Amino acid sequence: MSWLSNVRNKIASITKRETPDNLWHKCKKCEAMVFLKEFEDNMHICPKCEHHGRIGPMTRFAQIMDENSWKLIPWAKVQEDPLKFKDQKKYADRLKDARAKTGEQDALINVVGTIETLPCVVGVQDFAFMGGSMGLAVGQAFVDGARRALKDQCPYIIFTAAGGARMQEGILSLMQMPKTTVAISMLREAGLPFIVVLTDPTTGGVTASYAMLGDVQISEPGALIGFAGQRVIENTIREKLPEGFQTAEYLKDHGMIDLVVHRKELRATLAQVIGYLMAWKDAA
Amino acid sequence: MTSYLDFEKPIAALESRIIELRETADEGSLDIESEITKLQSKSSKMLRDTYTRLTPWQKTQVARHPERPHFKDFVKGLFDEFIPLGGDRNFGDDQAILGGFAKLGDRRLVVIGHEKGDDTESRLRHNFGMGKPEGYRKAIRLMDLADRFALPVVTLVDTSGAFPGVSAEERGQAEAIARSTEKCLSLGVPMIAVVVGEGGSGGAVALAAAERVLMLEHAVYSVISPEGCASILWRTGDKADVAADAMQITAQNLAKLGVIDRIIEEPIGGAHRDSNLAIATLGKAIAEELDELVQLERSALRSARRDKFLKIGSL
Repeated sequence: MSWLSNVRNKIASITKRETPDNLWHKCKKCEAMVFLKEFEDNMHICPKCEHHGRIGPMTRFAQIMDENSWKLIPWAKVQEDPLKFKDQKKYADRLKDARAKTGEQDALINVVGTIETLPCVVGVQDFAFMGGSMGLAVGQAFVDGARRALKDQCPYIIFTAAGGARMQEGILSLMQMPKTTVAISMLREAGLPFIVVLTDPTTGGVTASYAMLGDVQISEPGALIGFAGQRVIENTIREKLPEGFQTAEYLKDHGMIDLVVHRKELRATLAQVIGYLMAWKDAA
Repeated sequence: MTSYLDFEKPIAALESRIIELRETADEGSLDIESEITKLQSKSSKMLRDTYTRLTPWQKTQVARHPERPHFKDFVKGLFDEFIPLGGDRNFGDDQAILGGFAKLGDRRLVVIGHEKGDDTESRLRHNFGMGKPEGYRKAIRLMDLADRFALPVVTLVDTSGAFPGVSAEERGQAEAIARSTEKCLSLGVPMIAVVVGEGGSGGAVALAAAERVLMLEHAVYSVISPEGCASILWRTGDKADVAADAMQITAQNLAKLGVIDRIIEEPIGGAHRDSNLAIATLGKAIAEELDELVQLERSALRSARRDKFLKIGSL
Protein backbone atom coordinates (compact mmCIF):
# COMPACT_ATOMS: atom_id res chain seq x y z
CA MET A 1 0.00 0.00 0.00
CA SER A 2 1.41 3.39 -0.93
CA TRP A 3 1.76 6.19 1.58
CA LEU A 4 -1.02 8.05 -0.22
CA SER A 5 -3.63 5.35 0.22
CA ASN A 6 -2.47 4.96 3.81
CA VAL A 7 -3.24 8.57 4.44
CA ARG A 8 -6.49 8.50 2.50
CA ASN A 9 -7.81 5.51 4.41
CA LYS A 10 -7.29 7.37 7.67
CA ILE A 11 -9.39 10.32 6.58
CA ALA A 12 -12.92 9.54 7.64
CA SER A 13 -14.56 12.16 5.45
CA ILE A 14 -13.63 10.39 2.20
CA THR A 15 -16.30 7.75 1.93
CA LYS A 16 -17.14 5.67 -1.06
CA ARG A 17 -19.82 7.08 -3.31
CA GLU A 18 -23.15 5.50 -2.59
CA THR A 19 -24.39 5.68 -6.16
CA PRO A 20 -22.61 3.38 -8.59
CA ASP A 21 -21.11 5.00 -11.68
CA ASN A 22 -23.40 3.13 -14.00
CA LEU A 23 -26.69 4.40 -12.64
CA TRP A 24 -26.74 6.89 -15.48
CA HIS A 25 -26.13 6.44 -19.15
CA LYS A 26 -24.68 9.25 -21.21
CA CYS A 27 -25.73 9.05 -24.85
CA LYS A 28 -22.71 8.83 -27.15
CA LYS A 29 -24.45 10.98 -29.73
CA CYS A 30 -26.60 13.64 -28.03
CA GLU A 31 -24.84 13.33 -24.66
CA ALA A 32 -28.17 13.33 -22.84
CA MET A 33 -28.07 11.71 -19.41
CA VAL A 34 -30.72 9.07 -18.93
CA PHE A 35 -31.25 6.44 -16.28
CA LEU A 36 -29.39 3.32 -17.29
CA LYS A 37 -32.45 1.28 -16.48
CA GLU A 38 -34.57 3.42 -18.79
CA PHE A 39 -31.94 3.08 -21.55
CA GLU A 40 -31.79 -0.68 -21.15
CA ASP A 41 -35.55 -1.04 -21.07
CA ASN A 42 -35.59 0.96 -24.32
CA MET A 43 -33.45 -1.73 -26.04
CA HIS A 44 -30.29 0.35 -25.50
CA ILE A 45 -31.69 3.14 -27.66
CA CYS A 46 -31.38 6.72 -26.42
CA PRO A 47 -34.92 7.87 -25.59
CA LYS A 48 -33.95 11.44 -26.49
CA CYS A 49 -32.26 11.07 -29.90
CA GLU A 50 -32.96 7.44 -30.94
CA HIS A 51 -29.25 6.70 -31.16
CA HIS A 52 -28.79 2.92 -31.18
CA GLY A 53 -26.16 1.94 -28.61
CA ARG A 54 -23.86 -1.00 -29.23
CA ILE A 55 -25.07 -4.23 -27.68
CA GLY A 56 -23.42 -7.60 -27.16
CA PRO A 57 -24.58 -11.01 -28.32
CA MET A 58 -26.58 -12.00 -25.23
CA THR A 59 -28.60 -8.77 -25.20
CA ARG A 60 -29.20 -9.16 -28.92
CA PHE A 61 -30.42 -12.73 -28.64
CA ALA A 62 -32.78 -11.70 -25.86
CA GLN A 63 -34.19 -8.94 -28.09
CA ILE A 64 -34.49 -10.94 -31.29
CA MET A 65 -35.23 -14.54 -30.42
CA ASP A 66 -38.44 -16.04 -29.05
CA GLU A 67 -38.13 -16.39 -25.32
CA ASN A 68 -36.62 -19.71 -24.21
CA SER A 69 -36.38 -20.82 -27.83
CA TRP A 70 -32.65 -20.46 -28.30
CA LYS A 71 -29.55 -22.30 -27.32
CA LEU A 72 -25.90 -21.64 -28.00
CA ILE A 73 -24.02 -23.52 -30.67
CA PRO A 74 -20.76 -24.62 -29.05
CA TRP A 75 -17.41 -23.25 -30.23
CA ALA A 76 -15.31 -25.41 -32.47
CA LYS A 77 -11.65 -25.53 -31.50
CA VAL A 78 -9.23 -23.70 -33.81
CA GLN A 79 -5.52 -22.99 -33.66
CA GLU A 80 -4.98 -20.39 -31.02
CA ASP A 81 -2.46 -17.62 -31.58
CA PRO A 82 -1.08 -19.39 -34.66
CA LEU A 83 1.71 -16.85 -35.22
CA LYS A 84 2.67 -16.45 -31.54
CA PHE A 85 2.10 -12.78 -32.23
CA LYS A 86 3.41 -10.06 -30.01
CA ASP A 87 3.22 -6.31 -30.42
CA GLN A 88 3.49 -4.08 -27.39
CA LYS A 89 1.52 -6.81 -25.72
CA LYS A 90 1.26 -10.54 -26.38
CA TYR A 91 -1.75 -11.54 -28.46
CA ALA A 92 -2.24 -14.44 -26.04
CA ASP A 93 -2.66 -11.88 -23.25
CA ARG A 94 -5.02 -9.75 -25.31
CA LEU A 95 -7.15 -12.84 -25.84
CA LYS A 96 -7.11 -13.62 -22.14
CA ASP A 97 -8.17 -10.06 -21.31
CA ALA A 98 -10.96 -10.05 -23.90
CA ARG A 99 -12.26 -13.36 -22.55
CA ALA A 100 -12.21 -12.08 -19.00
CA LYS A 101 -13.96 -8.86 -20.04
CA THR A 102 -16.73 -10.43 -22.14
CA GLY A 103 -17.00 -13.88 -20.61
CA GLU A 104 -16.96 -15.24 -24.15
CA GLN A 105 -14.52 -17.39 -26.08
CA ASP A 106 -14.21 -15.12 -29.13
CA ALA A 107 -16.01 -12.46 -31.15
CA LEU A 108 -18.86 -14.37 -32.87
CA ILE A 109 -21.55 -16.33 -31.11
CA ASN A 110 -24.21 -18.46 -32.79
CA VAL A 111 -27.52 -19.66 -31.46
CA VAL A 112 -30.18 -21.85 -32.91
CA GLY A 113 -33.78 -21.01 -32.10
CA THR A 114 -36.86 -19.27 -33.45
CA ILE A 115 -37.94 -15.74 -34.38
CA GLU A 116 -41.73 -15.43 -34.22
CA THR A 117 -41.80 -19.24 -34.32
CA LEU A 118 -39.66 -19.39 -37.48
CA PRO A 119 -36.58 -21.59 -37.04
CA CYS A 120 -33.23 -19.96 -37.75
CA VAL A 121 -29.58 -19.83 -36.81
CA VAL A 122 -28.47 -16.40 -35.63
CA GLY A 123 -24.87 -15.25 -35.24
CA VAL A 124 -23.90 -12.04 -33.45
CA GLN A 125 -20.48 -10.43 -33.52
CA ASP A 126 -19.28 -8.87 -30.32
CA PHE A 127 -17.52 -5.55 -30.83
CA ALA A 128 -16.43 -5.64 -27.19
CA PHE A 129 -14.25 -8.66 -27.99
CA MET A 130 -11.15 -7.17 -29.67
CA GLY A 131 -13.28 -4.93 -31.84
CA GLY A 132 -15.29 -7.88 -33.15
CA SER A 133 -12.32 -8.71 -35.34
CA MET A 134 -12.33 -11.74 -37.61
CA GLY A 135 -9.69 -14.36 -37.01
CA LEU A 136 -9.71 -18.13 -37.16
CA ALA A 137 -12.28 -18.49 -34.38
CA VAL A 138 -14.74 -16.05 -35.94
CA GLY A 139 -14.31 -17.59 -39.39
CA GLN A 140 -14.87 -21.06 -38.03
CA ALA A 141 -17.90 -19.95 -36.02
CA PHE A 142 -19.37 -18.41 -39.16
CA VAL A 143 -18.87 -21.65 -41.11
CA ASP A 144 -20.34 -23.65 -38.23
CA GLY A 145 -23.38 -21.35 -38.09
CA ALA A 146 -23.96 -21.79 -41.81
CA ARG A 147 -23.49 -25.57 -41.51
CA ARG A 148 -26.04 -25.73 -38.71
CA ALA A 149 -28.49 -23.80 -40.90
CA LEU A 150 -27.86 -26.32 -43.68
CA LYS A 151 -28.47 -29.19 -41.31
CA ASP A 152 -31.67 -27.65 -39.95
CA GLN A 153 -32.69 -26.34 -43.40
CA CYS A 154 -33.29 -22.86 -42.02
CA PRO A 155 -31.93 -19.34 -42.68
CA TYR A 156 -28.64 -18.05 -41.30
CA ILE A 157 -28.87 -14.51 -39.96
CA ILE A 158 -25.69 -12.65 -39.07
CA PHE A 159 -25.43 -9.45 -37.05
CA THR A 160 -22.12 -7.90 -38.03
CA ALA A 161 -19.95 -5.64 -35.87
CA ALA A 162 -16.23 -5.54 -36.49
CA GLY A 163 -13.28 -3.30 -37.14
CA GLY A 164 -12.09 -5.84 -39.72
CA ALA A 165 -9.71 -8.76 -39.79
CA ARG A 166 -7.66 -9.68 -36.72
CA MET A 167 -4.17 -8.45 -37.56
CA GLN A 168 -2.62 -10.56 -34.85
CA GLU A 169 -3.43 -13.65 -36.88
CA GLY A 170 -1.77 -12.22 -40.00
CA ILE A 171 -2.57 -13.82 -43.34
CA LEU A 172 -4.74 -16.43 -41.64
CA SER A 173 -7.24 -13.73 -40.72
CA LEU A 174 -7.31 -12.56 -44.35
CA MET A 175 -8.05 -16.13 -45.42
CA GLN A 176 -11.27 -15.98 -43.42
CA MET A 177 -12.69 -13.79 -46.19
CA PRO A 178 -12.75 -16.62 -48.75
CA LYS A 179 -13.48 -19.17 -46.04
CA THR A 180 -16.68 -17.49 -44.88
CA THR A 181 -17.64 -16.87 -48.51
CA VAL A 182 -17.51 -20.63 -49.16
CA ALA A 183 -20.07 -21.09 -46.39
CA ILE A 184 -22.39 -18.55 -48.02
CA SER A 185 -22.11 -20.36 -51.35
CA MET A 186 -23.20 -23.57 -49.63
CA LEU A 187 -26.31 -21.86 -48.25
CA ARG A 188 -27.08 -20.38 -51.63
CA GLU A 189 -26.82 -23.73 -53.38
CA ALA A 190 -29.18 -25.24 -50.81
CA GLY A 191 -31.69 -22.43 -51.40
CA LEU A 192 -31.37 -21.21 -47.84
CA PRO A 193 -31.48 -17.49 -47.05
CA PHE A 194 -28.45 -15.66 -45.72
CA ILE A 195 -29.59 -12.43 -44.10
CA VAL A 196 -27.18 -9.73 -42.99
CA VAL A 197 -27.97 -7.17 -40.31
CA LEU A 198 -25.22 -4.57 -40.22
CA THR A 199 -24.70 -2.94 -36.85
CA ASP A 200 -22.37 -0.23 -35.63
CA PRO A 201 -19.55 -0.46 -36.65
CA THR A 202 -18.83 -2.81 -39.55
CA THR A 203 -15.67 -2.10 -41.52
CA GLY A 204 -12.66 -3.62 -43.29
CA GLY A 205 -12.38 -7.26 -44.24
CA VAL A 206 -15.69 -8.17 -42.65
CA THR A 207 -17.54 -5.66 -44.82
CA ALA A 208 -15.56 -6.86 -47.84
CA SER A 209 -16.72 -10.44 -47.34
CA TYR A 210 -19.82 -11.86 -45.67
CA ALA A 211 -21.28 -8.54 -44.52
CA MET A 212 -21.96 -7.54 -48.15
CA LEU A 213 -23.14 -10.90 -49.43
CA GLY A 214 -26.58 -11.14 -47.84
CA ASP A 215 -29.62 -12.10 -49.88
CA VAL A 216 -31.27 -9.25 -48.02
CA GLN A 217 -29.16 -6.50 -46.46
CA ILE A 218 -30.56 -4.78 -43.38
CA SER A 219 -28.91 -2.20 -41.16
CA GLU A 220 -29.63 -0.49 -37.88
CA PRO A 221 -29.97 3.29 -38.22
CA GLY A 222 -26.83 5.38 -37.96
CA ALA A 223 -24.46 2.42 -38.06
CA LEU A 224 -20.97 3.11 -39.41
CA ILE A 225 -20.38 0.82 -42.37
CA GLY A 226 -17.46 0.98 -44.76
CA PHE A 227 -14.48 -0.67 -46.32
CA ALA A 228 -11.63 1.75 -45.67
CA GLY A 229 -11.19 3.67 -42.43
CA GLN A 230 -12.14 7.35 -42.51
CA ARG A 231 -8.68 8.52 -41.48
CA VAL A 232 -7.09 6.47 -44.25
CA ILE A 233 -9.47 7.98 -46.80
CA GLU A 234 -8.86 11.51 -45.56
CA ASN A 235 -5.12 10.96 -45.84
CA THR A 236 -5.50 9.59 -49.36
CA ILE A 237 -7.77 12.23 -50.86
CA ARG A 238 -6.73 15.08 -48.56
CA GLU A 239 -10.19 16.52 -48.33
CA LYS A 240 -13.07 16.57 -45.88
CA LEU A 241 -15.44 13.62 -46.00
CA PRO A 242 -19.04 14.24 -47.04
CA GLU A 243 -21.71 14.62 -44.37
CA GLY A 244 -23.04 11.31 -43.13
CA PHE A 245 -20.33 9.41 -45.04
CA GLN A 246 -20.34 5.64 -44.39
CA THR A 247 -23.52 5.64 -42.34
CA ALA A 248 -26.27 3.08 -42.87
CA GLU A 249 -28.41 5.75 -44.52
CA TYR A 250 -25.55 6.73 -46.86
CA LEU A 251 -25.10 3.11 -47.90
CA LYS A 252 -28.81 2.76 -48.48
CA ASP A 253 -28.79 5.86 -50.69
CA HIS A 254 -25.93 4.32 -52.66
CA GLY A 255 -27.70 1.03 -53.20
CA MET A 256 -25.75 -1.21 -50.84
CA ILE A 257 -28.53 -1.92 -48.33
CA ASP A 258 -32.20 -2.88 -48.72
CA LEU A 259 -33.59 -1.68 -45.44
CA VAL A 260 -32.58 0.54 -42.55
CA VAL A 261 -34.64 -0.79 -39.66
CA HIS A 262 -35.16 0.60 -36.16
CA ARG A 263 -34.15 -1.84 -33.47
CA LYS A 264 -37.71 -2.05 -32.19
CA GLU A 265 -38.93 -3.22 -35.60
CA LEU A 266 -36.06 -5.57 -36.29
CA ARG A 267 -37.56 -8.77 -34.95
CA ALA A 268 -40.80 -8.32 -36.89
CA THR A 269 -38.96 -7.34 -40.07
CA LEU A 270 -36.70 -10.39 -39.88
CA ALA A 271 -39.72 -12.65 -39.43
CA GLN A 272 -41.40 -11.07 -42.47
CA VAL A 273 -38.30 -11.45 -44.64
CA ILE A 274 -37.80 -15.07 -43.57
CA GLY A 275 -41.43 -15.67 -44.47
CA TYR A 276 -40.82 -14.61 -48.07
CA LEU A 277 -37.50 -16.36 -48.50
CA MET A 278 -38.66 -19.65 -46.99
CA ALA A 279 -42.07 -19.70 -48.72
CA TRP A 280 -40.75 -21.99 -51.47
CA LYS A 281 -39.86 -24.60 -48.89
CA ASP A 282 -43.23 -24.47 -47.21
CA ALA A 283 -44.88 -24.85 -50.61
CA ALA A 284 -42.69 -27.81 -51.53
CA MET B 1 20.73 2.44 -64.05
CA THR B 2 19.57 0.12 -61.30
CA SER B 3 17.90 1.84 -58.38
CA TYR B 4 19.26 0.46 -55.17
CA LEU B 5 17.34 -0.13 -52.00
CA ASP B 6 18.75 1.16 -48.72
CA PHE B 7 20.04 -2.21 -47.61
CA GLU B 8 21.77 -2.68 -50.98
CA LYS B 9 24.16 0.26 -50.44
CA PRO B 10 27.30 -1.88 -49.99
CA ILE B 11 26.41 -3.73 -53.21
CA ALA B 12 25.80 -0.43 -54.96
CA ALA B 13 29.24 0.81 -53.89
CA LEU B 14 30.96 -2.28 -55.28
CA GLU B 15 29.01 -2.23 -58.51
CA SER B 16 29.72 1.43 -59.17
CA ARG B 17 33.40 0.83 -58.42
CA ILE B 18 33.35 -1.91 -61.07
CA ILE B 19 31.79 0.43 -63.60
CA GLU B 20 34.38 3.08 -62.80
CA LEU B 21 37.23 0.64 -63.29
CA ARG B 22 35.75 -0.58 -66.57
CA GLU B 23 35.67 2.98 -67.86
CA THR B 24 39.34 3.52 -67.06
CA ALA B 25 40.35 0.08 -68.28
CA ASP B 26 39.96 0.50 -72.01
CA GLU B 27 43.66 -0.17 -72.50
CA GLY B 28 43.03 -3.66 -71.24
CA SER B 29 45.50 -3.48 -68.37
CA LEU B 30 45.73 -6.87 -66.74
CA ASP B 31 45.93 -5.42 -63.25
CA ILE B 32 42.63 -3.67 -63.64
CA GLU B 33 41.04 -6.73 -65.25
CA SER B 34 41.95 -8.90 -62.31
CA GLU B 35 40.78 -6.22 -59.90
CA ILE B 36 37.44 -6.12 -61.70
CA THR B 37 37.09 -9.89 -61.55
CA LYS B 38 37.84 -9.83 -57.84
CA LEU B 39 35.30 -7.09 -57.20
CA GLN B 40 32.72 -8.84 -59.34
CA SER B 41 32.96 -12.06 -57.43
CA LYS B 42 32.85 -10.11 -54.20
CA SER B 43 29.76 -8.16 -55.23
CA SER B 44 27.90 -11.18 -56.57
CA LYS B 45 28.65 -13.05 -53.37
CA MET B 46 27.39 -10.09 -51.37
CA LEU B 47 24.27 -9.91 -53.53
CA ARG B 48 23.57 -13.60 -53.09
CA ASP B 49 24.18 -13.46 -49.34
CA THR B 50 22.00 -10.40 -48.93
CA TYR B 51 19.14 -11.91 -50.92
CA THR B 52 19.21 -15.26 -49.18
CA ARG B 53 18.92 -13.45 -45.87
CA LEU B 54 16.35 -10.78 -46.67
CA THR B 55 14.21 -9.79 -43.71
CA PRO B 56 10.43 -9.56 -44.21
CA TRP B 57 10.67 -5.77 -44.31
CA GLN B 58 13.47 -5.90 -46.88
CA LYS B 59 11.36 -8.27 -48.95
CA THR B 60 8.52 -5.77 -48.76
CA GLN B 61 10.82 -3.21 -50.32
CA VAL B 62 11.94 -5.66 -53.00
CA ALA B 63 8.29 -6.51 -53.73
CA ARG B 64 7.65 -2.78 -54.20
CA HIS B 65 10.83 -2.16 -56.18
CA PRO B 66 10.04 0.34 -58.97
CA GLU B 67 11.84 -1.81 -61.56
CA ARG B 68 10.19 -5.05 -60.53
CA PRO B 69 8.27 -6.54 -63.48
CA HIS B 70 4.60 -5.53 -63.41
CA PHE B 71 1.46 -6.92 -65.02
CA LYS B 72 2.29 -5.56 -68.47
CA ASP B 73 5.80 -7.00 -68.39
CA PHE B 74 4.51 -10.39 -67.31
CA VAL B 75 1.83 -10.39 -70.00
CA LYS B 76 4.38 -9.48 -72.64
CA GLY B 77 6.88 -12.06 -71.48
CA LEU B 78 4.55 -14.92 -70.61
CA PHE B 79 2.11 -15.01 -73.47
CA ASP B 80 2.35 -15.42 -77.20
CA GLU B 81 -0.84 -13.48 -77.66
CA PHE B 82 -2.85 -11.07 -75.54
CA ILE B 83 -6.22 -9.57 -76.34
CA PRO B 84 -7.10 -6.95 -73.74
CA LEU B 85 -10.72 -6.87 -72.57
CA GLY B 86 -12.06 -3.95 -70.60
CA GLY B 87 -14.87 -2.37 -68.68
CA ASP B 88 -17.39 -3.50 -66.11
CA ARG B 89 -20.39 -2.64 -68.38
CA ASN B 90 -21.68 -0.42 -65.61
CA PHE B 91 -19.43 2.45 -64.78
CA GLY B 92 -16.01 2.46 -66.35
CA ASP B 93 -12.78 0.75 -67.22
CA ASP B 94 -10.52 0.72 -64.18
CA GLN B 95 -6.88 0.83 -65.22
CA ALA B 96 -5.60 -0.60 -61.93
CA ILE B 97 -7.02 -4.01 -62.79
CA LEU B 98 -6.41 -5.25 -66.31
CA GLY B 99 -7.24 -8.45 -68.11
CA GLY B 100 -7.92 -10.25 -71.32
CA PHE B 101 -7.52 -13.38 -73.40
CA ALA B 102 -4.02 -14.78 -73.55
CA LYS B 103 -2.14 -17.76 -74.96
CA LEU B 104 0.43 -19.55 -72.85
CA GLY B 105 2.08 -21.82 -75.39
CA ASP B 106 -0.88 -23.51 -77.00
CA ARG B 107 -3.15 -23.00 -74.08
CA ARG B 108 -5.82 -20.30 -74.22
CA LEU B 109 -6.76 -18.66 -70.93
CA VAL B 110 -8.01 -15.48 -69.28
CA VAL B 111 -5.45 -13.41 -67.41
CA ILE B 112 -6.39 -10.75 -64.85
CA GLY B 113 -4.13 -8.69 -62.63
CA HIS B 114 -3.16 -5.45 -60.95
CA GLU B 115 -1.01 -2.98 -62.87
CA LYS B 116 0.94 -0.43 -60.80
CA GLY B 117 2.57 1.50 -63.63
CA ASP B 118 6.27 2.28 -63.94
CA ASP B 119 6.63 6.04 -64.25
CA THR B 120 4.78 8.99 -62.81
CA GLU B 121 2.34 9.30 -65.66
CA SER B 122 1.49 5.61 -65.88
CA ARG B 123 1.36 5.24 -62.08
CA LEU B 124 -1.31 7.90 -61.99
CA ARG B 125 -3.18 6.30 -64.87
CA HIS B 126 -3.11 2.91 -63.15
CA ASN B 127 -3.83 4.46 -59.75
CA PHE B 128 -0.69 2.75 -58.33
CA GLY B 129 -2.39 -0.61 -58.75
CA MET B 130 -5.15 0.20 -56.27
CA GLY B 131 -8.35 -1.20 -57.75
CA LYS B 132 -11.71 0.52 -57.61
CA PRO B 133 -15.09 -1.22 -57.51
CA GLU B 134 -15.39 -1.13 -61.30
CA GLY B 135 -12.01 -2.87 -61.49
CA TYR B 136 -13.18 -5.73 -59.32
CA ARG B 137 -16.44 -5.86 -61.27
CA LYS B 138 -14.45 -6.08 -64.48
CA ALA B 139 -12.55 -9.00 -62.94
CA ILE B 140 -15.87 -10.66 -62.07
CA ARG B 141 -17.05 -10.20 -65.64
CA LEU B 142 -13.89 -11.71 -67.07
CA MET B 143 -13.96 -14.64 -64.65
CA ASP B 144 -17.56 -15.27 -65.61
CA LEU B 145 -16.60 -15.23 -69.27
CA ALA B 146 -13.78 -17.69 -68.61
CA ASP B 147 -16.11 -19.96 -66.68
CA ARG B 148 -18.75 -20.06 -69.39
CA PHE B 149 -16.28 -20.68 -72.18
CA ALA B 150 -14.12 -23.17 -70.31
CA LEU B 151 -10.95 -21.06 -70.20
CA PRO B 152 -8.61 -21.35 -67.21
CA VAL B 153 -8.07 -18.19 -65.15
CA VAL B 154 -4.63 -16.91 -64.19
CA THR B 155 -4.37 -13.89 -61.92
CA LEU B 156 -1.28 -11.79 -61.22
CA VAL B 157 -1.65 -10.09 -57.86
CA ASP B 158 0.33 -6.93 -57.21
CA THR B 159 -1.40 -4.29 -55.13
CA SER B 160 -0.86 -2.40 -51.91
CA GLY B 161 -4.62 -2.73 -51.43
CA ALA B 162 -7.96 -1.68 -52.87
CA PHE B 163 -8.33 2.08 -53.31
CA PRO B 164 -9.48 3.88 -50.15
CA GLY B 165 -11.50 6.82 -51.41
CA VAL B 166 -14.91 8.43 -51.17
CA SER B 167 -15.92 7.50 -54.72
CA ALA B 168 -14.83 3.90 -54.20
CA GLU B 169 -16.91 3.66 -51.03
CA GLU B 170 -19.89 5.25 -52.79
CA ARG B 171 -19.80 2.64 -55.51
CA GLY B 172 -19.50 -0.23 -53.06
CA GLN B 173 -15.83 -1.14 -52.78
CA ALA B 174 -16.55 -3.72 -50.08
CA GLU B 175 -19.32 -5.36 -52.07
CA ALA B 176 -17.22 -5.48 -55.23
CA ILE B 177 -14.37 -7.20 -53.38
CA ALA B 178 -16.73 -9.66 -51.68
CA ARG B 179 -18.37 -10.57 -55.01
CA SER B 180 -15.03 -10.97 -56.72
CA THR B 181 -13.88 -13.40 -54.02
CA GLU B 182 -17.20 -15.20 -54.35
CA LYS B 183 -16.74 -15.43 -58.12
CA CYS B 184 -13.27 -16.97 -57.75
CA LEU B 185 -14.72 -19.61 -55.45
CA SER B 186 -17.55 -20.48 -57.81
CA LEU B 187 -15.45 -21.13 -60.93
CA GLY B 188 -15.67 -24.50 -62.62
CA VAL B 189 -12.45 -23.87 -64.54
CA PRO B 190 -8.87 -24.04 -63.21
CA MET B 191 -7.72 -20.94 -61.37
CA ILE B 192 -4.13 -20.10 -60.54
CA ALA B 193 -3.29 -16.97 -58.60
CA VAL B 194 0.26 -15.66 -58.49
CA VAL B 195 1.34 -13.04 -55.99
CA VAL B 196 4.05 -11.43 -58.09
CA GLY B 197 4.79 -8.39 -55.92
CA GLU B 198 2.62 -7.09 -53.13
CA GLY B 199 -0.46 -8.97 -51.97
CA GLY B 200 -2.24 -6.25 -50.04
CA SER B 201 -5.24 -7.36 -48.03
CA GLY B 202 -8.79 -7.65 -49.41
CA GLY B 203 -7.79 -5.98 -52.66
CA ALA B 204 -5.45 -8.94 -53.25
CA VAL B 205 -7.58 -11.79 -51.94
CA ALA B 206 -10.42 -10.74 -54.26
CA LEU B 207 -8.27 -12.04 -57.13
CA ALA B 208 -6.53 -14.81 -55.22
CA ALA B 209 -9.16 -17.21 -53.88
CA ALA B 210 -7.75 -19.90 -56.16
CA GLU B 211 -7.03 -23.61 -55.77
CA ARG B 212 -3.37 -22.95 -56.55
CA VAL B 213 -1.73 -19.89 -55.09
CA LEU B 214 1.84 -19.27 -56.20
CA MET B 215 4.17 -16.62 -54.89
CA LEU B 216 7.38 -15.19 -56.23
CA GLU B 217 10.30 -15.78 -53.88
CA HIS B 218 10.49 -12.19 -52.64
CA ALA B 219 6.79 -11.28 -52.87
CA VAL B 220 4.81 -10.48 -49.74
CA TYR B 221 1.15 -11.12 -48.91
CA SER B 222 -0.54 -9.76 -45.81
CA VAL B 223 -3.75 -8.70 -44.13
CA ILE B 224 -2.53 -5.12 -43.74
CA SER B 225 0.65 -3.32 -44.80
CA PRO B 226 3.51 -3.47 -42.29
CA GLU B 227 3.23 0.34 -41.94
CA GLY B 228 -0.51 0.13 -41.28
CA CYS B 229 -0.10 -2.65 -38.75
CA ALA B 230 2.69 -0.77 -36.99
CA SER B 231 0.72 2.45 -36.79
CA ILE B 232 -2.23 0.65 -35.19
CA LEU B 233 -0.51 -1.82 -32.87
CA TRP B 234 2.74 0.02 -32.13
CA ARG B 235 1.25 3.49 -32.62
CA THR B 236 4.09 4.43 -34.95
CA GLY B 237 4.75 3.65 -38.59
CA ASP B 238 8.46 3.47 -37.75
CA LYS B 239 8.01 -0.06 -36.46
CA ALA B 240 7.08 -1.39 -39.90
CA ASP B 241 10.05 -3.77 -39.84
CA VAL B 242 8.94 -5.25 -36.53
CA ALA B 243 5.35 -5.53 -37.75
CA ALA B 244 6.49 -7.21 -40.97
CA ASP B 245 8.31 -9.80 -38.86
CA ALA B 246 5.39 -10.39 -36.53
CA MET B 247 2.76 -10.76 -39.25
CA GLN B 248 4.72 -13.42 -41.21
CA ILE B 249 4.20 -12.04 -44.69
CA THR B 250 6.89 -13.70 -46.83
CA ALA B 251 6.39 -16.48 -49.35
CA GLN B 252 8.44 -18.73 -47.08
CA ASN B 253 6.21 -17.94 -44.08
CA LEU B 254 3.03 -18.47 -46.06
CA ALA B 255 4.16 -21.79 -47.49
CA LYS B 256 4.74 -22.98 -43.93
CA LEU B 257 1.30 -21.78 -42.88
CA GLY B 258 -0.24 -23.71 -45.76
CA VAL B 259 -1.69 -20.58 -47.37
CA ILE B 260 0.30 -20.82 -50.60
CA ASP B 261 1.20 -23.87 -52.65
CA ARG B 262 4.40 -23.04 -54.45
CA ILE B 263 7.27 -20.56 -54.36
CA ILE B 264 8.68 -19.37 -57.68
CA GLU B 265 12.42 -18.81 -57.48
CA GLU B 266 13.64 -15.36 -58.48
CA PRO B 267 16.96 -14.51 -60.12
CA ILE B 268 19.73 -13.67 -57.65
CA GLY B 269 19.19 -10.11 -56.51
CA GLY B 270 15.44 -10.18 -57.21
CA ALA B 271 13.13 -10.30 -60.23
CA HIS B 272 14.06 -6.75 -61.21
CA ARG B 273 17.68 -7.76 -61.90
CA ASP B 274 16.68 -10.19 -64.62
CA SER B 275 12.99 -9.89 -65.34
CA ASN B 276 13.15 -12.14 -68.43
CA LEU B 277 14.44 -14.99 -66.33
CA ALA B 278 11.90 -14.31 -63.58
CA ILE B 279 9.04 -14.30 -66.08
CA ALA B 280 10.24 -17.44 -67.86
CA THR B 281 10.49 -19.32 -64.56
CA LEU B 282 6.96 -18.30 -63.68
CA GLY B 283 5.69 -19.29 -67.13
CA LYS B 284 7.04 -22.79 -66.69
CA ALA B 285 5.41 -23.13 -63.29
CA ILE B 286 2.02 -21.91 -64.50
CA ALA B 287 2.14 -24.36 -67.42
CA GLU B 288 2.93 -27.24 -65.06
CA GLU B 289 0.11 -26.35 -62.70
CA LEU B 290 -2.35 -25.96 -65.58
CA ASP B 291 -1.36 -29.34 -67.02
CA GLU B 292 -2.48 -30.90 -63.77
CA LEU B 293 -5.59 -28.82 -63.18
CA VAL B 294 -7.13 -29.21 -66.64
CA GLN B 295 -7.48 -32.93 -65.90
CA LEU B 296 -10.07 -32.17 -63.22
CA GLU B 297 -13.83 -31.97 -63.68
CA ARG B 298 -15.67 -28.74 -62.94
CA SER B 299 -17.09 -30.00 -59.67
CA ALA B 300 -13.75 -31.42 -58.55
CA LEU B 301 -12.06 -28.07 -59.17
CA ARG B 302 -14.68 -26.20 -57.23
CA SER B 303 -14.65 -28.53 -54.27
CA ALA B 304 -10.85 -28.63 -54.17
CA ARG B 305 -10.83 -24.86 -54.00
CA ARG B 306 -13.51 -24.70 -51.34
CA ASP B 307 -11.95 -27.40 -49.18
CA LYS B 308 -8.66 -25.60 -49.29
CA PHE B 309 -10.14 -22.49 -47.70
CA LEU B 310 -12.45 -24.34 -45.32
CA LYS B 311 -9.45 -26.23 -43.93
CA ILE B 312 -7.36 -23.15 -43.16
CA GLY B 313 -6.91 -22.89 -39.41
CA SER B 314 -8.99 -25.88 -38.40
CA LEU B 315 -7.31 -28.45 -36.21
